[in-house]
Parts: sequence; C-alpha cells; structure tokens
Amino acid sequence: MTAPILEIDDLHVHFPVTGGGLLGTGRKTLHAVNGLSLHLNKGECLSLVGESGCGKSTTALAVMGLQEPTSGSIRFRGQPFSGPEAPGRMDRARAAQIVFQDPYASLNPRQTVWASLAAPLRLHGVTAKSEVEDRIATMLKSVGLSAEQGRRFPHEFSGGQRQRIGIARALILGPEIVVLDEPVSALDVSIRAQIINLLLDLQDQFGLSYLMISHDLSVVEHMSDRVAVMFFGEIVETGPWQSIFTNPIHPYCRRLIATIPDPDVILGRSRKPTDGEQPDPPAGWRFADTGLESPDLTKKPDPSELVEVEPDHFVRLARI
Amino acid sequence: MKLGFNIYLGGFLTLLVILGGLLAQWIAPYHPVLDANLMNAEVPPGREFWFGTDAQGRDVYSRILYGAQISLTVGIVSQLINTVIGVVLGMTAGYWGGWWDDLVNGLTNVMLAIPSLIFALAVMAVLGPGLVSLLIALGLTNWSWTCRIARSSTLSLKSQGYVQAAQTLGYSDLRIMFTQILPNMMGPILVMATLGMGGAVLSEAALSFLGLGIQPPFPSWGSMLTDAREMIRLAPWAAIFPGLAIFLSVLGFNLLGDGLRDVLDPHMRTRKL
Repeated sequence: MTAPILEIDDLHVHFPVTGGGLLGTGRKTLHAVNGLSLHLNKGECLSLVGESGCGKSTTALAVMGLQEPTSGSIRFRGQPFSGPEAPGRMDRARAAQIVFQDPYASLNPRQTVWASLAAPLRLHGVTAKSEVEDRIATMLKSVGLSAEQGRRFPHEFSGGQRQRIGIARALILGPEIVVLDEPVSALDVSIRAQIINLLLDLQDQFGLSYLMISHDLSVVEHMSDRVAVMFFGEIVETGPWQSIFTNPIHPYCRRLIATIPDPDVILGRSRKPTDGEQPDPPAGWRFADTGLESPDLTKKPDPSELVEVEPDHFVRLARI
Repeated sequence: MKLGFNIYLGGFLTLLVILGGLLAQWIAPYHPVLDANLMNAEVPPGREFWFGTDAQGRDVYSRILYGAQISLTVGIVSQLINTVIGVVLGMTAGYWGGWWDDLVNGLTNVMLAIPSLIFALAVMAVLGPGLVSLLIALGLTNWSWTCRIARSSTLSLKSQGYVQAAQTLGYSDLRIMFTQILPNMMGPILVMATLGMGGAVLSEAALSFLGLGIQPPFPSWGSMLTDAREMIRLAPWAAIFPGLAIFLSVLGFNLLGDGLRDVLDPHMRTRKL
C-alpha cells in the first residue's frame, strides 16, 4: 500500500468563547476539533460524518487553509500543509480545492461562469487565449454544461447547474484532493443522484481523492470507500464503509446508522444490525465517557484511543 | 409606483443641475462677474432679468447657472474622496480584522462624534479659503458612514462561498477585495455617495455663507446668500433663488440616492427576474 496523499495528525482547532459575565470572566475555550487524526489514500473517497457542530466543517476549512489549526499537523504527500512551513496560496490551490454546500452563495453573482473559470487559470500562468478557451470548454463539458452556457451569469442557472459550475471551478486547476462540503445537501432530491454520479465519474476521470463532509448517510453509503464518524471534535469510529454500516460498535455510531431509512427494514425483509443489544467492547476496554446526552465541549474528554476491532476498522475506546 | 417617482424626479432635478452647470457658458444671458452695472442694481425679476439682479446689478439667473458648477464640483469631487477613503478603510478593516479593524473602528467613531461641519471649519481655517481647500475639507470629513457600510458589507461577503473559493484558488487578499467583494457591495456604496452629495452641497453653501468657501466675486450659491442677506427686505429675490437652487438640488440628490437604493435592493428586483 502506498503512502496516503493526505495525513491529519492530532489536529486541534479551538475557539475562544466569551461565556458572559460582566468583565468577560466566563471566558472558555471551545474545542471544535479535538485531536483528530485521519488519512486519505490516493483515489479514494473518505467521508467524514457526524451531526452539526461536531467539527466536520472546521476540519474541512483547516485542510483548505481557511482556518488556522491550534495545533497538530496536516501533511500533503508527506510535506507540511499547515503551520509555518505550509505552502503559499498558489501552491495550495493546485493541491486541494473545495466544493461548497450552498450553490447559491458559492458563485460570484457579478461574474460570468467563463470569467470565474478564466481568472484562476490566468493567475496560475495559463495565459494563451486559445488554451484558456480550450480548458474551460473541456471542463464545462466534463461537468455536463455546454461552452455556450459559460457566457451566462450564475442567476441564470438552477441549483444543480450551479453546483456543476462549483465543481468545474474546483477542478479547473487540476487539484489532487477535492474537499466536498455537503456537496448535495442543498439540492433537490431529484438532482442529488445526478451530482453524485457526476462526482464519481470525475473521480475516475481525473484520479481525484475526495474528502467528503456529510451528514446524509445515504449519500455517504453511495460514494465512500471509507467512513470516519466524528463526535464532538474526535473520531469515534473509522473503517471501510461496509464494516461501519454493517457492524457499528461505538454507541454514537450505532445511533447514527440506525437513523438511515432502509427499504429492506421498512418492508420487513431484514433486521437492522443496530436493532440488537449494544455489543460489548473488546476485553480490557470500555467506551469512554463521551457524554452522549449532554456533551461538554469545554471539558477535556477522558483519555481514549482508537482500537482496531476488525481489519482497518477502528473504534475509540478507553482502557479499563 | 413610489419606486419610479423617486428616481425620476431625483434624476430630473440632478440632470437639471448638471445641464445648468455644464451649459452655463452658453445659456447664461450675462457674465456672472463682469456684467455688473450699478444702474441695474436690485431690479426685481422680469423679462430682462428672469431672477432679478443683486446689489451690484449682476443677473441672479446667470450667477445661479455658474454657481451650479461649483456645487457640482464640490458634490462630486468631495464625495469621490469620501467614498475612496471610506471603502479602502472599511473593506480592509472588515477583511483583515485584528488591530487594523480596531484602529479603523476607533477612527470612525471619533469622526462620527465630531460634527462634520465643525471639523470642516477647522480644516478650512488651516488650509485657508478657496475651492481646493473646500474640496479637501469636505472630502476628509464625511467618510465615516461609507466606511461603516463598507466594513459590514465586507464582513458578510467574506463568509460567502465564492470569496472563500477565491482564496483557495490562490487569489491574493487585494485581488479578492477588488474582484470579489467590491463589485458586490457597490450598490449601497453608490447610494451613500449620492446621498452624501446633497450634504456636501449644503456644507459648501454653509461654509461659503460663513465666508470660508468660495470667495467673491465668483458665484457660489452659499456666497450669493451671504451677499443677499444685507438687503433681504429690498431685494428678496437675490436670496430666494439661490436658496431654491440649493433646496432643489439637495432634494434631487437625495431622491436619486433613495431611488437608487430601491432599484439596487435585491429584494426589489424579484419582479425583473
């Protein structure tokens, strides 16, 4: 197995919060991301799932360099991708790009599609007019739009088309990693499948590695090779999607999987794996006190670590 | 319906001032300064002198047309200076935040606390009277609201996906500000600039009235009021017409600003989409 393309090691992102008090004496620290470690292999899609506020998007912003980590390291192809030795914006741009959730806020309303694709190309040294034209036309075709549509402004497109434009913009510089921040959750259900299939096609075509942020588990099931379940700033369970979906161990992960509407279960054909009793953790280990009901973000969690329970399937457990 | 009315009346009055100022050389029946004739002093409005004459026998109508040049220059140039200062400070403060934001905020609050006319008076006292110092004085004193609007627009635009995307595509901060943020906040900035033009015309009139603005004999609406003050009972027309000119042009700029605000407001645009 080759080395991962992206490695995140012990990532912490903390925000100061003023908890009231006349003189701001209630000042505390919010641990949005708390010691997160994961790796992304070349050509795979890793999904980061969890409920709102668990730190998924903060992790995505940290990978993109839009949020400075408090501590920890992010490495791209073994080279530092965060901190003082991180590459500049220009080098970073050719390594990783992001597709945003809201297709209505992610395109500049005053720029034609063409202009918003041509500007980054020119910035990165593609100056020959014919080459710019070619690359934009090819890219628009790859995402299912015509070159002629590129002359239009964003408000002339539907949500699904806008998301295609957002994807084109993310791919125009030929990045290796694409962060997908809830790429289809703002779209109509009828269009989601189209965009998901487009993303899968593009992944094959360009050999992309996806880091997908999502809370929609049916999308995750369809797209991911591996899944990492996040709960309040930490990864509680990670592994190949089959093991996670069929054999979830951690209480939070089991709850999450149980929320997927499964047609087989609805039709009474099969039983959900999560219907049974909570499985016991491996001998010598216990589930850490994660405060499942009312987690305290400002408290340091119990010391715990990821333990391999199946091949490549890790669960966060604490020593007894 | 109201939407159309504001912008049309405002646009019409503004156009009137612009045309009057631009065409003064050709449409004014008399020279504003040289055609002084004491034999014709204080003639009431009539066929020969439409708006009457002042104490020196100069045609009030011609002087108002030439005065429009001053008012327009003051309105446009001082608002240009204000807008550039306000946008540059507000946008950089909103985008970069930190100590620079604190500094700009503090400065803005100080400027808002000082009455701008008093501040302009102080600047004029230092620079001396004249058109150029008038432009500088008015250009340096009214940028606080523009700055605040630029800052808050930047703060809200900064979190938009396309601004973040520009950053991940490798755009520099300055390029992001000028290509992504500025074009998307031009609406409110333009409205502020137009509304401010009315205020600048009024301030010019006030400063000239106090003798610190445009120096006689060259006509400005404010200095015409000063001259007419002494004989307001004998020749009220010499004060009424410049006063009306100030009133109508300020009304025109303000209505135009209001109208632009309505037109540029995205919520008003749904009809067109």
